Amino acid sequence: MEAGLSTKLFVKGNEAVAMASVEAGCRYYFGYPITPQSDIPEYLSRELPRLGGEFIQAESEIGAINMLLGASATGVRCMTSSSGPGISLKQEGISYMAGSELPGVIVDIMRQGPGLGGIDASQADYWQATRGGGHGGYRIIVLAPASVQEMYDLTMLAFDLSDIYRIPAMVLADSVIGQMKESLVANPRPVATLPAKDWAVRGRGEGQLQQVVKSLKLGDGEMEAHHWKMHARYQELADAECRWEELQTDDATLIVTAFGSVARIARTAVAMARAEGMQVGLLRPITLFPFPSKAYADLSTRCKRFLDIELSTGQMVDDVRLSVARDTEVDFYGRPPGAGSLPTPEELFEQIAKNYRR
Amino acid sequence: MRHDVFISGYGGQGVLLAGNLLSYAAIHEGNNVSFFPAYGVEKRGGSAMCTIVFAEGDTGSPVVGHPSVALILNQLSFDKYAAKIKPGGVCVVNSTLVDSTTLDLPDVRIIKVPMNQIALDLGDVRMVNMVACGAYGAATGALSLASMGEALKKALPERNHRLIPANIKAMEAGAAAALV
Repeated sequence: MEAGLSTKLFVKGNEAVAMASVEAGCRYYFGYPITPQSDIPEYLSRELPRLGGEFIQAESEIGAINMLLGASATGVRCMTSSSGPGISLKQEGISYMAGSELPGVIVDIMRQGPGLGGIDASQADYWQATRGGGHGGYRIIVLAPASVQEMYDLTMLAFDLSDIYRIPAMVLADSVIGQMKESLVANPRPVATLPAKDWAVRGRGEGQLQQVVKSLKLGDGEMEAHHWKMHARYQELADAECRWEELQTDDATLIVTAFGSVARIARTAVAMARAEGMQVGLLRPITLFPFPSKAYADLSTRCKRFLDIELSTGQMVDDVRLSVARDTEVDFYGRPPGAGSLPTPEELFEQIAKNYRR
Repeated sequence: MRHDVFISGYGGQGVLLAGNLLSYAAIHEGNNVSFFPAYGVEKRGGSAMCTIVFAEGDTGSPVVGHPSVALILNQLSFDKYAAKIKPGGVCVVNSTLVDSTTLDLPDVRIIKVPMNQIALDLGDVRMVNMVACGAYGAATGALSLASMGEALKKALPERNHRLIPANIKAMEAGAAAALV
């Protein structure tokens, strides 16, 4: 009994992100407050100075993302976080980071939009996150936690993947996952083989060669070569780093698919359907980019009905439809963001039952 | 076994602290816990509510449409949410402030505990949330008073630990009242 309290912490999702960043060796944070993610800068403003790190509340989100670019260019682990309106402001900097092949972690605790929107949960930034978001044609790594434990574990993974592939990585959650508190086992940082950052700009004090980190590529053929190089790297990511969770898909004749907070609600709805004897499973993508297309392709060779559920009018459903076998039916149930509009397990169960019996 | 409990009252009645306390007690008893606060542009005097789910295994959805247990601390919460309680469920009401005859809930076991009065008699109405937690433990048997006592050390900041004995008394009084 005593062990329960000592090994399991009880923290908010946002706090878990901040704790994991420290455990991952991040000592530099740049941000600007916005609901519902301000617990992250609050925690780090307290902890980073104590650890010899640097916490900077920037003058704006644009300032913060460019500080991230600058810090990353020196080879240190660094992070910024924001929500919808702030993430939009950061897109220019993210594009420059992608162009400069700079790692760095960007946390997006989604709120409602477009515009100033509202502070309740939403998944309507799926397209923005997974399609690059800024100009020039690039992708970033996108991880979608569905619990406080995953907020912790996937934040550490985001740092490693970002360093390995030299692509910015985003942790994409919403106010449900960010604001709720859950029991957490704060595991130590996993051992990863990371490439040396021999490209980092660290000054020439010790006889080092000049390093140039830039996204401007004016040389003959330089830009085209860069695009094909990044294209190949995105392919490597897709081959090696797709992550997803399957629940009772073996005998399923209907597979529910959802990410993040909605996947948690759907999980209980699927259990309700199973209790009624319906052969229903759940497929939850954990990496949104790279999207686990193969999981959908494989499952759709034997299960011909999918039901995609999102807190939007339908965004991830595009990727689901691109991934499944052609003779698969993909239905959609959406709850676009609105105050107090979270679906309940009972509501999702009704949708499952309706689609199952159809 | 998966347990869920919904707590609702005025901002200031300690609803979120009660939710945190039950969460720590559930962790103490070896469970996984999800604590989901209602999250909105609330202001002082407005509503405060939270949902706690705990289970030895997977907690599943943090959002609960039809709670099996509800702790209702004011009339507004009763009128708004009591009808959502699952058939066969339990509703522990603060009978000092709540008239539970305003709704007809034949399938719900209503346990009336004069929470404000009990807290006042013990010297501080602010302990109304502790009375509610004690009543919850006794009414459902889902969590022990001993675990809640332990949980106080985690749920309260160090500077308030001197108040732990008084809070434990309030829980015990709530438990006794729920068993009447």
